[in-house]
Amino acid sequence: MTARRWVGWGLVAAVPLAFLGLFFVLPTGTLIARGFSTGGSLDLSGFGEVFSRPRTWRIVGLTFLQATLGTVFAVGLGIPGAYVLYRRRFRGQWLARALVTVPFVLPTVVVGVAFRSLLAEGGPLGALHLDGTLAAIVAALVFFNYSVVVRTVGGFWAHLDPRAEQAARVLGAPPWRAFLSVTLPALVPAITAAASIVFLFCATAFGIVLILGGIRFGTIETEIWIQTTQFLNLRAASVLSVVQLVVVGAVLGVSGAARRRRERALHLTAVDAARERLGRADWAPAVVTGLVGAVLIALPMLSLVLRSLQTSHGWSLQNYANLATTGGRGVLTGTVWAALGNSVRTAFVATAIAVVVGALVALVVSRRPHSRSGRRAIETLDAVFMLPLGVSAVTVGFGFLIALHRPLGLDIDLRTWWGLVPVAQAVVAVPLVVRSLLPVLRAIDPRLRQAAAMLGASPWRVFQAVDLPMVRRALGLAIGFAFAVSLGEFGATSFLVRPDRPTLPIVIYRLIGRPGAENLGMALAASVVLAALTAAVMMLAERWRPASAMGEL
Amino acid sequence: MARRLASLAAVAALALTLSACTSGGQAKPSSTGGASGSISAGARGTVVLVTHDSFVISDALIAEFKLKTGYTLEQRAPGDVGVLVNQLVLTKDAPIGDVTFGIDNTFASRAVSNGVLAAYRSPAEGTSAAKFDLDSSNNLTPIDYGDVCVNVDHGWFSAKGIPEPVTLADLAKPAYKDLLAVENPATSSPGLAFMLATVSAFGADGWQGYWSQLKTNGVKIDAGWTDAYTVDFSGSSGKGSRPLVVSYASSPPDEVPAGGTTAPTGALLDTCFRQVEYAGVLAGAKNPAGAKAFIDFMLGDSFQAALPGAMYVYPVSSSVKVPDTWATFAPIPSSPFSMDPAQIDKNRDGWIQKWTDTVIG
Repeated sequence: MTARRWVGWGLVAAVPLAFLGLFFVLPTGTLIARGFSTGGSLDLSGFGEVFSRPRTWRIVGLTFLQATLGTVFAVGLGIPGAYVLYRRRFRGQWLARALVTVPFVLPTVVVGVAFRSLLAEGGPLGALHLDGTLAAIVAALVFFNYSVVVRTVGGFWAHLDPRAEQAARVLGAPPWRAFLSVTLPALVPAITAAASIVFLFCATAFGIVLILGGIRFGTIETEIWIQTTQFLNLRAASVLSVVQLVVVGAVLGVSGAARRRRERALHLTAVDAARERLGRADWAPAVVTGLVGAVLIALPMLSLVLRSLQTSHGWSLQNYANLATTGGRGVLTGTVWAALGNSVRTAFVATAIAVVVGALVALVVSRRPHSRSGRRAIETLDAVFMLPLGVSAVTVGFGFLIALHRPLGLDIDLRTWWGLVPVAQAVVAVPLVVRSLLPVLRAIDPRLRQAAAMLGASPWRVFQAVDLPMVRRALGLAIGFAFAVSLGEFGATSFLVRPDRPTLPIVIYRLIGRPGAENLGMALAASVVLAALTAAVMMLAERWRPASAMGEL
Repeated sequence: MARRLASLAAVAALALTLSACTSGGQAKPSSTGGASGSISAGARGTVVLVTHDSFVISDALIAEFKLKTGYTLEQRAPGDVGVLVNQLVLTKDAPIGDVTFGIDNTFASRAVSNGVLAAYRSPAEGTSAAKFDLDSSNNLTPIDYGDVCVNVDHGWFSAKGIPEPVTLADLAKPAYKDLLAVENPATSSPGLAFMLATVSAFGADGWQGYWSQLKTNGVKIDAGWTDAYTVDFSGSSGKGSRPLVVSYASSPPDEVPAGGTTAPTGALLDTCFRQVEYAGVLAGAKNPAGAKAFIDFMLGDSFQAALPGAMYVYPVSSSVKVPDTWATFAPIPSSPFSMDPAQIDKNRDGWIQKWTDTVIG
């Protein structure tokens, strides 16, 4: 690679790095550093203090246990789901694809209440005695993260050339054998990408662990939250944040190594028109996916919809009519519809930021420089942009407050800037955008680019002719994900949002925190609206994708 | 190719337009910051209020404040009272606002001892309000109060023919086994208040023993008010399985159906802990005059009268009337438990640790 091209790629990387530096590394680093300084000098005694408590070891162990179980089940159940929803076709598939994404954005407090209502003593599933158990937490984690696996793996699988697997079948391999020895190895990059995201989401799950697990199942995340927001013990919180970063680093290291062993250029088909109908031979994945869809996804959502239609006077749409009000006795400052408007506006901005930044990162990371230092730089860049998924929203939220007053010595106060809300949401969405685009970009045969360059195309022309057509298909997925993250984000938003311009999850949280059947009913109805909006956005993103991809052929 | 580029450009243009719309729409209010701005006749700039996420003020009251004082109110609400106080402490060198509301007696000492507040004695603070003063330093001005009490589902007890419990000690009796749900004091403000009630009632030597008895008696520990009240409590619309829950003295009126004359739930008035919420001028505020004006306004009749409806608390001013339903369904406990805020601040973390050891194990 020539020096000039190096400079070019450096400039492309500079924009996302500046973004992440200002809105993630600086705030998080400042807060953690505050925990390690006593009277202006470095004080690391917090480590000894925190690690001498047996509770610390227990919560570190519990964090690993919960995240591992959540990831194993989400991946194990999600791969058949990706096959059924993205590799085969059937009537109503578009709807099923959209619906599995809905749990991803539901407010944790609503899901927590919905799960506990089913599981608590006296509830419909109370006889199972699952309330307050690890099983309940893991089930909820799978509920939230199933769609991450289905969409990340499915989006990749849909474009995998089926001929290799067909050849194996022709040569006499049974379907399971062909899958294990041909298809699965090709899917490894997408599976590890999904698994690492799910693991980080599970490891930093907060509300759901508190509500379903009580203090017995505390994790590093819940402990950081309690130490920071209740005890103001930044020493302990900083130690735990470092532990969290080490965990994240280890997970990214392991998944990166697994991916690199497998990653190579694959035959990607231009369109996903080659999908066969779901047939009798697909009974195993179809049954698994049907069961997951019915029991784990549809049942909690259905109970949510039914409860939103109940009032003290029987079945009615009254809770939905009330969304145009400010709640029982006016507990809100605006109507729920106004909050929906705020959410959508914020999500547009957050999505635009996340897609631009994420696409730039994916583009840089998908390069394969020949030099070892170049490869190492790219691996580091790849990992750094995943960090926000593994770091506590409390650390980021509090970090904004102390770091963004005159950041870098500039005379500006970013702490009260309106744009901080979409920016904070974009920071969380960028890793998902990167992970949606990267498997496709990396699977593009570099010889295509080399050939184009050899024929005299400029780097920009190479990108247009080779990368862009492939990426555009994954772009719909990425946009949908980013939009969903923004719509559902609660942690960082709750610290930053202005109370007179709340987003939908904030309003739901407020309503469900008040007594009275009317407020609870409105919170549930608002959650159904949020779910419906998400499903609609996902459907649009899905439909837009193949249409534009086909148009260019 | 040309068509593809055109469609890409259109998408980009749309995104830009949308973000421009949003920025235009949202940037305006915050660009008027600072006391010096004189936008129109009578306008005197912005007062920034930093409060907790349960704070509610109607647009009508904001307009009235502006009409009376000339200041525009801008709000920030970073989280619950713990988040609020801790953020004020962390930003005390460059405060994010002018005035704060919502610091209660369980967190007041942390705010005061960290020098977050500037002293101010409001001329609007009457004798009925002054009874709730934190101390003589005038760092914090009382605005409202409420009581955290065990709530009871009347219907459940009358159907079973069991007399309702009355005191904290009753809750540990075998007759009330597996009937009570409480919140974890480490993660919940009413949970913390209820733990303090038990410390106050049974003393530093006895309260842990009491909690051991509650544990033997099958107390259910929840993370927060929402899941305790809406999932486990039988008296809410969630129709849970436990007829006793730690909530507020002001919760019962909201369970009365429209037009109802009897309340299906009630508060056990001998189990209550008094919470007082304060307002204060932030030290280093850009607009201290505006901050003081807002504290005066909060003590005025129109704001005080709106408190029960909007925030489920009682006004400190005796010159306003509480709603009729409150007089009937939410009587005020005559002698709730309380505790010196300095003592709370000194012992809170240690007590929560001991509570965790006793109850969670």
